Amino acid sequence: MEVSIKDIIKPENLVYQKSSLLTEKPMHYCPGCTHGVVNRLIAEVIEELGLQQETIGVTPVGCSVLLYNYIDIDWQEAAHGRAPALGTAIKRLLPEKYVFTYQGDGDLAAIGTAETIHACNRGENILMVFINNGIYGMTGGQMAPTTLEGMAASTCPFGRDPERDGNPLSMTEIVATLPGTRYVTRQAAHTAGAVRKLKKALIKGFNNQKENKGTSFIEVVSTCNSGWKMTPVQANEWMVENMFPFYPLGDIKDK
Amino acid sequence: MDNKKDIRLMKGNEAIAEAAIRCGVDGYFGYPITPQSEVMETLMLLKPWETTGMVVLQAESEIASINMVYGGAGCGKKVMTSSSSPGISLMQEGLTYLAGAELPCVVVNVVRGGPGLGTIQPAQSDYFQSVKGGGHGDYKLIVLAPASVQEMADFVELAFDLAFKYRNPALILSDGMIGQMMEKVELKPYRKRWTNEEIKQMHPWATMGKPAERERNIITSVELDPNAFERFNHKLQDKYRKMQEEEVRCEQFNCEDAEYLLVAYGSSARICQKAMELARAKGIKVGLLRPITLFPFPTREIQALLGHVKGILSVELSEGQMVEDVRLTVEGKVKVEHFGRVGGVVHSPEEVVEALERKIIGG
Ligand SMILES: Cc1ncc(C[n+]2csc(CCOP(=O)(O)OP(=O)(O)O)c2C)c(N)n1
Ligand code: SF4
Repeated sequence: MEVSIKDIIKPENLVYQKSSLLTEKPMHYCPGCTHGVVNRLIAEVIEELGLQQETIGVTPVGCSVLLYNYIDIDWQEAAHGRAPALGTAIKRLLPEKYVFTYQGDGDLAAIGTAETIHACNRGENILMVFINNGIYGMTGGQMAPTTLEGMAASTCPFGRDPERDGNPLSMTEIVATLPGTRYVTRQAAHTAGAVRKLKKALIKGFNNQKENKGTSFIEVVSTCNSGWKMTPVQANEWMVENMFPFYPLGDIKDK
Repeated sequence: MDNKKDIRLMKGNEAIAEAAIRCGVDGYFGYPITPQSEVMETLMLLKPWETTGMVVLQAESEIASINMVYGGAGCGKKVMTSSSSPGISLMQEGLTYLAGAELPCVVVNVVRGGPGLGTIQPAQSDYFQSVKGGGHGDYKLIVLAPASVQEMADFVELAFDLAFKYRNPALILSDGMIGQMMEKVELKPYRKRWTNEEIKQMHPWATMGKPAERERNIITSVELDPNAFERFNHKLQDKYRKMQEEEVRCEQFNCEDAEYLLVAYGSSARICQKAMELARAKGIKVGLLRPITLFPFPTREIQALLGHVKGILSVELSEGQMVEDVRLTVEGKVKVEHFGRVGGVVHSPEEVVEALERKIIGG
C-alpha cells in the first residue's frame, strides 16, 4: 500500500508544533544562540498554561531586547538593568496578572544588581528569567560579571584576571540567600533533557504566582557562540566543560 | 454655602500626598531625600491602600522608583514619584525612557541647592534640567511651577490631566520653601481610582494582558529603523508644539501699565510680589509675570507686553537659567537681566527692588 504525505499529516500523528504564541517574525538571534530556545519555551509554557491574556513580560537591554516581537503577549521594554523595577510595579498594580522579566547577565548582574537584589528581597511575586552566557552579546562580546576566570572577552582579550577584573559573580546563589525568594534554580538548554527540565522550571515559575509566596528565579546557563567565537556545537561543549563546574545545574531553593 | 469644604493648614509636601490620594492616584514609588521626605511619610501615615487601594512603595533608589513609575504607567495607571535635586538627577534615564515610550506620569521635584550634594535649602537651580529635557535625546517634560501650598495640591491633578492628554511625563517643579512651608489649603473631595475596565477603554495602549480582540501592546522606546525613528521624533516635536499652542499658563500682576517687568516662578514669584508692591510704592511702574508652566514657556504672553515694558528682570534662586528663555523670548528688543541668590540663600524683596533699580532702571 502506498502512503502519501496526506495520510501522515493528521491530528493524531502530531508530535510537535510551533507554539501558536510564537509570531511569524524571524528571530534576530545568531544561529545556535540559547536565547531562541528559551524564547520558544516561554511561548510554549504561556500557551500550555492558558495565560496569554494574563501575562505581561518585561524585556531587557541586551540581545533579547526585541523579544517582544516573538511572543504574542503584552510587553514592556525596560532600560538596561531596570526590568525588576518595572516588574515590581506591574505586579503590584495588577496583582492578578502573571509577570515575568527576562534579562542577560550584564543587565541582571551588573548594571541592574540593585534592582535584582531588592526585587528578590522584597519577595516580588514575579518570575525572573536570567540568561547567563558569560559575556555581553549585544555590544560585541565584552566581559560580563559572570565571565569565567581566564575566559577571553573583547575587554579582557587575554582572559579575565581576577586581580584586575574581580571574580565571576554567582548571582543565583546570592538571591537564594534572600528570604524573599521562593524558588531559585539553575538550568540549561543544550540537550533535549535539559530543555525538558527547563520547561518544568518555567511552568513552576508561572504557577508559583498563584500564591503570593515570593520571587521565582531561574538562571539558564547559556551559550553565546558568536561572542565566544565558536560554532554552536563547540560552544555547547565548552559550556559543559567550563561553565557547569562554576555554575552547577539544579535547584538551589524550593519552598 | 458649601459647608463640606475641607480646609487645612499643612506643608506643601503633605499637600502633594493628600492630593495624590484624593485624585485617584494608583501608585506612588519613592526614595527619601530632604526636603521632600514628608511626601512618602504622609502617604504611609494615611495608609491609602486601605481606602482607595493606592499602592505606596519605598524603592531602593530613585533609579528604581522612576522605573517602577515606568512599569505602572505602561499599565495605564496613574503613578507618580517625588524627590529632590540629587534624586531627580538619578531619574533622568528613566524620564527619557518614559518620554520615548510616550508614557504619562507625574514627578515632583522639591528643589534644593546644587551642584553635587549641595544643600538641603531651597533653590531653583534645576530649571535647565527640567525644561530642556534633562536626559538624552530630543524630548520635553510638561513643567508646572507651584507658588503656594494650594497649588502643590491642585497641580497634582492638573499634572496628571496634562500627562495623560499628551502621553508625556509631567514635572511639578517646586522648591524647598514651597515644600516645607505651611499654608491654608482647600482639599478636593475624593475621586475614585479608575477601574481596570475604564483604563482599557481610555488607554487602549496599556499593557494589561492581551485579549484575543486586539494586537499585543508593546511599551518601548527602541526603534532601529532610522526613517521610522525620524518620523517618531517629528511626532514628539508636534506634540510639544501643540503644548506650546494650547497649554501655556501664567499669572500677571500689574502688567497692563508696567514699564518694568519682573519674571519669576515658584517661591521667587512670592517674593517678587512683595518687591513689586515696594517698587510701586516708590512710584516705579513694575509688573510681575509668573510663569505657571515653565515648559511650555509663556513666550507670547511676555512678547505682548513689550509695547510698554522697557526692561525685564528675571528673578530666580539660581545663577541665571530662566533668564535665557526670557532673552530668547524678547529677542533683544528690551534689556533683560538676571538677579538671584544661590546656595540656599533666599533673596529679600528689598534686594529685588535694589537689583531692579541697579540693573534695569539705572543700567
Ligand atoms: C545605560 C546603558 N549602558 C550600556 C548600554 C549598552 N549595552 C547594551 S546591551 C549591554 C550588555 C548586554 O549583555 P547581557 O545583559 O549579558 O545580554 P546579552 O546581550 O548577552 O544577551 C550593554 C552594556 C546600554 N544600552 N545602556
Ligand atoms: S551575540 Fe551571542 S547572545 Fe547575542 S544573539 Fe548572538 S549568540 Fe546570542
